[in-house]
Amino acid sequence: MRRTGSWLVFIAVAMAPLAADPVRAVQPDEILSDPKLEARARVLSRELRCMVCQNQSIDDSDAPLARDLRLLVRERLVAGDSDDKVIAFLTARYGEFVLLKPRFNWSTALLWLAPGALVIGGIFGIAMTMRRRRTAPVASAPLTEDEKRRLQELVGR
Amino acid sequence: MIAEIGHFALVLALGLALIQALVPLAGAHWRDAALMNTAGPTAHAQLAFVAISFAALTACYVMSDFSVANVFENSHSQKPLLYKITGVWGNHEGSMLLWVLILALFGSLVAAFGGNLPATLKANVLAVQSWIAAAFYLFILLTSNPFLRLDNPPFEGRDLNPILQDIGLAVHPPLLYLGYVGLSISFSFAIAALIEGKIDAAWARWVRPWTLAAWMFLTLGIAMGSYWAYYELGWGGYWFWDPVENASLMPWIAGTALLHSAVVMEKRSALKVWTVLLAILSFSLSLIGTFLVRSGVLTSVHTFASDPTRGVFILMILVLFIGGALALYAFRAPALKQGGLFAPISREGALVFNNLFLTAACASVFIGTLYPLALEGVTGDKISVGAPFFNLTFGPLFLPLLMAAPFGPLLAWKRGDLLGAAQRLMAAAGIAVVGIAVTFAVSGGGPVLAPFGVGLAVFVIAGAATDIVERTGVLRAPLAVAFARARGLPRSAYGSAVAHAGLGVTLLGIVCVSTWGTERIVSLKPGAKVEIGSYALTFEGMVTRQGGNYRELIARFTVREGDTLRGVMNPSKRTFPARSTSTTEAALLTRGVSQIYVSLGDPNDDGSIAVRVYHKPLVLLIWLGAVVMVLGGLLSLSDRRLRVGAPKPAKPARPAMQPAE
Repeated sequence: MRRTGSWLVFIAVAMAPLAADPVRAVQPDEILSDPKLEARARVLSRELRCMVCQNQSIDDSDAPLARDLRLLVRERLVAGDSDDKVIAFLTARYGEFVLLKPRFNWSTALLWLAPGALVIGGIFGIAMTMRRRRTAPVASAPLTEDEKRRLQELVGR
Repeated sequence: MIAEIGHFALVLALGLALIQALVPLAGAHWRDAALMNTAGPTAHAQLAFVAISFAALTACYVMSDFSVANVFENSHSQKPLLYKITGVWGNHEGSMLLWVLILALFGSLVAAFGGNLPATLKANVLAVQSWIAAAFYLFILLTSNPFLRLDNPPFEGRDLNPILQDIGLAVHPPLLYLGYVGLSISFSFAIAALIEGKIDAAWARWVRPWTLAAWMFLTLGIAMGSYWAYYELGWGGYWFWDPVENASLMPWIAGTALLHSAVVMEKRSALKVWTVLLAILSFSLSLIGTFLVRSGVLTSVHTFASDPTRGVFILMILVLFIGGALALYAFRAPALKQGGLFAPISREGALVFNNLFLTAACASVFIGTLYPLALEGVTGDKISVGAPFFNLTFGPLFLPLLMAAPFGPLLAWKRGDLLGAAQRLMAAAGIAVVGIAVTFAVSGGGPVLAPFGVGLAVFVIAGAATDIVERTGVLRAPLAVAFARARGLPRSAYGSAVAHAGLGVTLLGIVCVSTWGTERIVSLKPGAKVEIGSYALTFEGMVTRQGGNYRELIARFTVREGDTLRGVMNPSKRTFPARSTSTTEAALLTRGVSQIYVSLGDPNDDGSIAVRVYHKPLVLLIWLGAVVMVLGGLLSLSDRRLRVGAPKPAKPARPAMQPAE
């Protein structure tokens, strides 16, 4: 809870009552003896959300819940689960909310497809505009009253 | 008494804002100089009254007047003077007061330096600026009044959240607000132009310096906040894709796009309709950011619903201004005259490319930030969108931008020669390849993509240099000629080259830290050693110390490289009794642009303490790059044609060495 994200400067004020006694993220006693498993645990931890925090992964979080989840992830890995299995296990327990990278499904399709669709749509739109502009002659706008008067003055002189 | 003066001054500022919102507008409509001329003095007077109001609140903080509710809730008599002052904007009400102070400041600056603007445009700009101001004065006075008194004044305040008691907080919000709010100027210019129905290249020239200034402040503010998070939050991260961070990043990206499209509009009179839309969108994103941060909607839709007064008020401001602006745009934009044509491969084309990807990147941040809220609102499903999502979407959208950045400035206006540009970039590409090779050799294996990241960063930097080398012809022409050309080159040309180079510098820092940064998490007893990179840190012991309003546990580490002592590091943990919270003060040892970072965890019963030690190679480049970008902005801002202020009498003609840009 103490990690607030830099711009949470302001939110932090509002959240202050929640500030718990800090337990730092990843404690020495949590680390697995097998470096390969530990590395996998770290990667997984970065994709899992500490559910009581503001948008924070369990890898970063100081909250007791995050520690429990970190230990749980390591427990599953030691038990021989694959990464996908660990994720599935946690999602079954805590819901989609625990995933910082939402899975692709009907409710997240818009989220995942929008950036690409925007680029393609943008390219298409630009191409259309440029083609229309090139084929249609540029009509120069008529002079305003002021401009006409000024022109008269200049020509008359 | 002082609080009441502040309150009253704010009410007067509102009155002035209402006058300034209507009278100059009517004046511009009827071409009445007297009515239009009210805008200037009211803008200055508004600034004066908001400044009085702000000074009054500051005085309450400095004197620890706990009869003012806001001071009681956010200050403490034992707090150092600096943090008493910065505490003014370390809370909702005070930060909104800072917001309007900066808004009034910009209004006054336009009034002061807008002497060369056409009278009607100036009057309309200041009127629009005042609509925004009036809305936010009302917001403060009705929902977030910092001057409210308490019936029974307590003896002591509740203190400021310790995490905010830092020099970073003194600088970061004002810088960020200067950027956020500064974008209101381009918004006001856009609306004023739409009201008049006339936008030309001159408009772009007037808007550019204001956008540039706002962009520079925003860049510095974001970089500052990032560095603050890096050293204050205790585990060395510098960007978290937090919604509140995203709220500041979106206006920055949109502002960057605006800077680039305004160039096209100024030089070629093209992209007008788009530039005006970007000006509207940039400030709209600032407003949305303010809404996100201020309404509490981020914590959860439900928190927002439980106390909606403030949120709904800002939402109304949002709907009114963004909706109104876009409606006016839809109504007026089709009538705007179209400018010059250009081929897809041209400077204009490159800038359109830049705008396309910046906009898409901005949109992906926008969607990622708001999607969970929208989904929860619509279906009730709760999902999280965090760093992994943004890395997957924002990264690929930024990559083409980085690769194209060196090409853009080398292409000619109207019809460019891509092959020619590529040929001229051969040297830069060569340097990049050498960079890749050296990185491969030095890192020996490791992630395959990282050397290419380094190569790209080197290419961006060398490409920026190529631009200047090409324009001055320093490698081909005699030195004297090159020197004369270099002198004649407009400062904006140097500005863009320097800013692009800054982008490369930041990229280099990010790639190096995320690839070669190392971390050790260990429990140490006094006398124990931990090795990281080429360094060995020895834990010498701990002492406790009493600070002003906190107690501190300080650990002492000596850092050696081989047998040479490189420094002493003192990370600490502070406990603040007033709020029964504690903070971790990480210790940093800077070696060149790399850093060693030590932060403390909890002490154990056996006398050992948990310690996190990081080696962060080239980490400082991340923020130095931002500083370089700002320097580029400064150079551009000092360009003759953009210099703010009344036009100066023409100097005797210089030798005609101004190359076509």
